[in-house]
Amino acid sequence: MSDLNIRETLLELLTDWGVSGYEGNITARFRKALSYFTDDIRVDKLGNLIATVKGEGPEPRPKVMLAAHMDEIGLMVTKIEAQGFLRVTAVGGVDPRTQMAQEVVVHGRDGDYVGIFGSMPPHLTSPSERGKSAPLEDMFIDLAMPEERVREKVRVGDLVTIRRTPLELPFDRISGKSLDNRASMTATLECLQELKRLHHQADVIVVGTVQEERGRLGAWTSMFGIEPDIGIAIDVTFGDMPGAPDDASFPLDGGPCIFWGPNISLKVARSMFDVAKRLNMPVQKELGQRESGTDVDSMQLTGAGYPTGLVSIPVRYMHTSVETVCYRDIERTGQLLAHTIAGVDRAYVEGLTCFLKD
Amino acid sequence: MLLKRLTEAMGPSGFEEEIRQVIYEEIRDHVDRVYTDALGNLIAEKDGTRPGPKVMLCAHMDEVSLMITHIEPNGLLQFAHIGGIDNKILNSQPVLIGDSKIPGVIGSKPIHHQSPEERRQPVGLNSLRIDIGASSREEAMTLVEPGDVAIFATQYEEIGERKAKSKSFDDRIGCAVMVETLKKNFDVPTVYVFAVQEEIGLRGAGPAAFRVQPDISLVLEGTLAADFPGSPGHGKATIQGNGPALSVVDSSSIHNRKFLDHMVQVAEANNLPYQYRKTVAGGNDAGRIHISRAGVLSGVISVPTRYIHAPAQLISLDDYENTIALVEQFLRSVEQGGLGQ
Repeated sequence: MSDLNIRETLLELLTDWGVSGYEGNITARFRKALSYFTDDIRVDKLGNLIATVKGEGPEPRPKVMLAAHMDEIGLMVTKIEAQGFLRVTAVGGVDPRTQMAQEVVVHGRDGDYVGIFGSMPPHLTSPSERGKSAPLEDMFIDLAMPEERVREKVRVGDLVTIRRTPLELPFDRISGKSLDNRASMTATLECLQELKRLHHQADVIVVGTVQEERGRLGAWTSMFGIEPDIGIAIDVTFGDMPGAPDDASFPLDGGPCIFWGPNISLKVARSMFDVAKRLNMPVQKELGQRESGTDVDSMQLTGAGYPTGLVSIPVRYMHTSVETVCYRDIERTGQLLAHTIAGVDRAYVEGLTCFLKD
Repeated sequence: MLLKRLTEAMGPSGFEEEIRQVIYEEIRDHVDRVYTDALGNLIAEKDGTRPGPKVMLCAHMDEVSLMITHIEPNGLLQFAHIGGIDNKILNSQPVLIGDSKIPGVIGSKPIHHQSPEERRQPVGLNSLRIDIGASSREEAMTLVEPGDVAIFATQYEEIGERKAKSKSFDDRIGCAVMVETLKKNFDVPTVYVFAVQEEIGLRGAGPAAFRVQPDISLVLEGTLAADFPGSPGHGKATIQGNGPALSVVDSSSIHNRKFLDHMVQVAEANNLPYQYRKTVAGGNDAGRIHISRAGVLSGVISVPTRYIHAPAQLISLDDYENTIALVEQFLRSVEQGGLGQ
């Protein structure tokens, strides 16, 4: 089997859609990519995709779970108005102002339909109206079809996503919708690719989780089912930009952000910093004082509790359709994970729960 | 595909190089003479077989767009509007910059970092930037420089039923109607003006009309169709699909009643749909043409266009075809002595 083109896979994942609860297309695409590394792939009852790559250690081998959520934020149709205009509500944290004047895809009864979020021409708005932004309830989607056809093709409850072909920008940047969290899914593939040329004792279990954007549901059940020795979530964090808080935003191309705070095992985090230093890889430290707002929130507290880690990739313009990432950061994240996993053996895992000195 | 070629070409006001060349290549084999003037207006002439009356048709080539004004130390690009743009439609849009069409995106602060008050305010120009992936001013300067112009990266596509989506139907749709019209032969002399700089104050058409000295002028536009929810009553200028729109009055002209009545007569005699453009908002090149020299008998026919001045604009292909038909019948009527010239 020829090698997987991982960068190309990211572009394909960005073109697909999978709003929370409807991750089917993404699952299929991710499964295909993971099949380059293992045949042991299954889907659990919630829809989490679980792929296991065996390690070289003696049984029982340590298990490291890597969780990257597959779902994206989106919209759901709530009403079909006279003339066939659609009203929608948000699934996940959608900023209505980033939806204005966008092209969208309505995932209808028997196919996808292109629509436009209508905008009032400036000729018809007063300066004071231009100073106000419309709430999502006041916005509408134009399907360019007569009302009866819209009613035939679209149902209340159908999903809507922004229509955005991923863009390759200069300087190794990629821009598109749903880099949160397709960037991290891609980093797990980079990790598996790197592990092919390393020796690792531990089994690696890559999980594409569902419904992160609706309360980190998939991570909870998959962690419970897998019972790993270490659970590491991979997600995106805020890229630096004007107006972003200095203490919670990170330059693109500055390397993976290793989370430091109560939501993770400080031992695991320290190991990752050590690995980065050894690899001479730039990394950044993301500080948290409580839950991190990622899958690792639930992973740490599943069952009797687990040692966890969190690595995040800086993404600018999060939760918009032009989220922007530097591909080098995705590669580095994969390498960091792979070399961290390569250092995991039975003794290391036992050490993670030891906090007392004799 | 003519509409695709015309709408996807770059043509910010004052920077119409690409669209002018695209139109030139479309028309050069169909006209007797084609030339440009000092402003960059593209003017094509067909002599016909009679000395007059001379009819000037006019559509503008330029589009609302952006100009890069400053490159920040972090590599992000500040920009200004060229033409009337509401900042609300800029958030999260891809753009293409300069002659080599460098891709960029207009990013905004994530919702997570906004206060509840911030979330209710539209994002203003002072906090919108174009990101081309550069980490520093030096990196960005290898691809872009202040003064470069940017357009929306929208692609032409037919969607829904008999509708087409693209950027800049205002006024490439008028350009397209002219391109189709100049392929036909008329007895009377016709002059086709593809004007520059309409979006920044109707600046190209006046000088062109002064040079051409027409007896009659017809302006072709993509006009406001605000037949959608939330539109003010006075703003429902046209209904998409109801046919070409005839102007009565707008912010630049009180249109000639004789011309208007004649257009209605032509439409009815040929069983072509038409509607009146029912708003005063918005102006067009007729505002300059009808007061050129000693005055020109002028009128306007428009294709109703939803979401004008936004990245994705929508037209009805039926309206487009009916506009082409109405313009032809209008010129036939002038051949037969209509409008008393």
